[in-house]
Amino acid sequence: MYEHDVIVVGAGGAGLRAAIGAHEAGADVAMVTKLHPVRSHTGAAEGGINAALREGDDWELHAYDTMKGSDYLGDAPAIETLAQDAPEDTITLEHWGMPFSREDDGTVSQRPFGGLSFPRTTYAGAETGHHLLHTMYEQVVKRGIQVYDEWYVMNLAVTDEPDPNDRTCHGVVAYDVQSGAVEGFKANKGVILATGGPGQAFDHTTNAVSCTGDGNAMAYRAGVPMEDMEFVQFHPTTLPSTGVLISEGVRGEGGILYNEGGERFMFEHGYANNDGELASRDVVSRAELTEVNEGRGIEDEYVHLDMRHLGSERILDRLENILHLAEDFEGVDGLVEPMPVKPGQHYEMGGIETDENGATCIDGLYAAGECACVSVHGANRLGGNALPELIVFGKRAGRHAAGDDLGEAEIETGYSEGVEEEDMELPITPGEAGIAETGATETDDVAADGSGQLSDPEGVLERTVTEERERVEYLMEKDDGIQHAEIRAKLQKAMTEDVNVFRTEAGLKRALQAIRECREAYRDVYVDDPSRTFNTDLQMTIETRNLIDVAETITLGALVRNEFRGAHWRQENQERDDENWLKHTLVSWNGGKPSIWYRPVILEGEDKTYEPKVRSY
Amino acid sequence: MSTQQQEPETDAEPEPESQETPTDQEMSGLSSPQQKRLQRKHEGAAERERAAAEDDLEGDTVHLKVFRFDPEVEGKQEPRFDDFHVPFERGMTVLDAVIYARDEFDSSLTFRHSCRQAICGSDAFFVNGRQRLGCKTQISELDQPVRVEPLPHQEVVKDLVVDMDHFYDQMHSVEPYFQQEDLPDGELEEQRQTRENREKVKMSTRCIWCGACMSSCNIAAGDNDYLGPAAINKAYRFAMDEREDEEIKEHRLRIVEQEHGVWRCQTQFSCTEVCPKDIPLTEHIQELKREAVKKNLKFW
Ligand SMILES: Cc1cc2nc3c(=O)[nH]c(=O)nc-3n(C[C@H](O)[C@H](O)[C@H](O)COP(=O)(O)OP(=O)(O)OC[C@H]3O[C@@H](n4cnc5c(N)ncnc54)[C@H](O)[C@@H]3O)c2cc1C
Ligand code: SF4
Ligand code: FES
Repeated sequence: MYEHDVIVVGAGGAGLRAAIGAHEAGADVAMVTKLHPVRSHTGAAEGGINAALREGDDWELHAYDTMKGSDYLGDAPAIETLAQDAPEDTITLEHWGMPFSREDDGTVSQRPFGGLSFPRTTYAGAETGHHLLHTMYEQVVKRGIQVYDEWYVMNLAVTDEPDPNDRTCHGVVAYDVQSGAVEGFKANKGVILATGGPGQAFDHTTNAVSCTGDGNAMAYRAGVPMEDMEFVQFHPTTLPSTGVLISEGVRGEGGILYNEGGERFMFEHGYANNDGELASRDVVSRAELTEVNEGRGIEDEYVHLDMRHLGSERILDRLENILHLAEDFEGVDGLVEPMPVKPGQHYEMGGIETDENGATCIDGLYAAGECACVSVHGANRLGGNALPELIVFGKRAGRHAAGDDLGEAEIETGYSEGVEEEDMELPITPGEAGIAETGATETDDVAADGSGQLSDPEGVLERTVTEERERVEYLMEKDDGIQHAEIRAKLQKAMTEDVNVFRTEAGLKRALQAIRECREAYRDVYVDDPSRTFNTDLQMTIETRNLIDVAETITLGALVRNEFRGAHWRQENQERDDENWLKHTLVSWNGGKPSIWYRPVILEGEDKTYEPKVRSY
Repeated sequence: MSTQQQEPETDAEPEPESQETPTDQEMSGLSSPQQKRLQRKHEGAAERERAAAEDDLEGDTVHLKVFRFDPEVEGKQEPRFDDFHVPFERGMTVLDAVIYARDEFDSSLTFRHSCRQAICGSDAFFVNGRQRLGCKTQISELDQPVRVEPLPHQEVVKDLVVDMDHFYDQMHSVEPYFQQEDLPDGELEEQRQTRENREKVKMSTRCIWCGACMSSCNIAAGDNDYLGPAAINKAYRFAMDEREDEEIKEHRLRIVEQEHGVWRCQTQFSCTEVCPKDIPLTEHIQELKREAVKKNLKFW
């Protein structure tokens, strides 16, 4: 057994910042991560970090833009915290040596980005995420923070009181990918989940192969609600063959979108008469798909993004890596021809429900970064708002877990009596209900009468270690059945087909059915590779289970929310419905029998209330 | 077990130690936009060849020969090569091909990978005798059968996975973190840095820790303590950053000019040739040598 004050699961931007924050607050902190930190997907972020640094800009404008971008589904306390803390936390990165792009006077550069009223996107070439990740990892090395890399976290060690709000998290169980050993990690003060996005639930995504929603699934099954999972951002400019993203920076610098007929459709077809290409992502994504669906796409699949008119000098100076991406992954030279682009899954706005200190309803369990939902992004994230979220809320979660007093949170967490519940009849039984128990499924039933409850931390951890060892044994010893790759492929296909930027009731029901079939197939899953050494077959099998749970929460949310808000569009009701839907969707696992409920959005800020306005660009 | 024996037949003859200012184009770096442009044009031609090669391959299968080893599984304890025939698709990379082989034919085929876009640095393999990133290497550019092996000169953990610990140790040994303690006062005051200086360190900051350079280096193969190109480049990244004081720079130069540091480099360029991020590694090493001489530091 390993033991630390604070355990951070994941070492992308959020995890690294959380670890540094906890360390600054005096805690003995360790990071447990399935990838070496510098391999984390934060490294892929290109565009930049929004922060109100300059004269003429201030945090209130940033907060206003973010609230408007969220289509009034972000919580004001979270949004205002982001906007207030981002400037200082961004400058801290500069003080740690991050190589930001510079102005003539040596100050850090900022540029315009979609949905922003001021050019406040701070950047480091077209590799902002790479530099952010490496700069923070360097600081982790400097501080001597312990990193257990290539350790895959399988489960959380949480007590089993009937009400999740009464539970406590005492650590995690992880397996050493290199040796196959399953071990407990005891956390005396807190566990922080920073496991990134769940993009692998879809087959065309900008997310890495490692983005499998592990943290979401583990927290969900431990009793933390998943919030606003239906809000999935599709990025309008990804390369058709791989899903590799072409940064918004291209449009920020003046890149233009054309359809097959050479029309600048954002204007000519009236999708965004003011902002054109710089309108927010959901608007541009749907515009592109509409063009394709109406027969104006190229090869019936994509549109063109042209930056040639910017001139090679400017392109080489500011967007050089875009040229490499287009060349290496699509075989196109952006200096001489337009680049093919189409929408791809990009970012999960929803996630593990937390307050503005990163805390969940389970004592000692925190979340930060893309796996969390504070909620800053609401129904739609603005470009350049995720990286500041990592550093602002990563730091807060780290400090709070280490024991720093950040003041009482204004955002509530956890299910409570009296909330509005959803009673829609579903086409299938979600969760595990009705599925026969096999060794492969979680054994986290809650003792209904409270008997057999364990509360001592070691006991809880040991029990979880034993369960996870049994799960591994079961999967390894089973000799035949179905393999994870087949189940995963089916799941991804269903999600891409029916839980895309255009959503219909029939399609969503079809997707739920497919997810149910995946879940049933998973009862028969087995791991073929008999080796204990670096068994990625085993790891991917466990990840696939997590993807099933996460995909289901996304689809459930999308089915019940019958309105068009931000990234979520419903054919049956193509209007934003403020009367009925100014509320967050929450899905609780309930020991395998998921239920859906709602919590009103908080629009009251520090000294003003945000009035929902029509979001036009 | 190690892959030492699988070295490619390169002209491994070490060149006489040289500290002269290089005249080679690689050494001076392809820094001007025109040069880059020319290089790209040249690549454009390669692009067209690739397109032609793709037409040839369309509808075909790709023959992969993949290195297999597992210390605990019978039949895999002796290293061997497995053959896979993977249907070709336009734009297919080496990584796509091994993923296909794993998902369709043998789920125990093991390799690191994550981002699929040359930024996480996980999938440096030894492909047809050269260190390359699997995700950044088009199948159509390679002769068949395509041999995929783990990086030479590193312990093999299993199949294409090598032990990276030594590489990480070397990276950590150069104190790879910003050390300036004296920072501007104002809460929101950043340190100033000229555009020229940022430009100077730009290439060096692009390293993704893939280990290709270290694996290609004959000196590193012979001297386990040699810092290696990536770690030296990391030191360069900080030593040349004007935001750190002169004193810290000297401290950094001392680290790299120690016995197993920059003077070991025999300017063979193998690292520079394989670096997937086009970092002019050899040039950076040479520049540090010159700086150390200038500073009149003791050298070995
Ligand atoms: C291509 C691309 C470009 C983007 N550009 C921008 C941009 O310009 N501006 C912006 O603001 N945002 C951008 N984003 C969004 C932003 O980069 C991400 O939301 C953010 O980096 C996520 O960071 P994270 O720390 O939450 O997760 P990640 O960086 O994905 O890190 C997750 C970590 O969790 C670990 N982990 C996961 N599961 C487990 C497990 N079971 N056990 C142990 N460890 C685990 C992984 O090893 C990894 O270290 C972009 C995203 C993409 C994909
Ligand atoms: S210098 Fe280049 S080859 Fe070496 S580790 Fe860095 S990116 Fe890889
Ligand atoms: S998969 Fe990340 S570098 Fe190739």
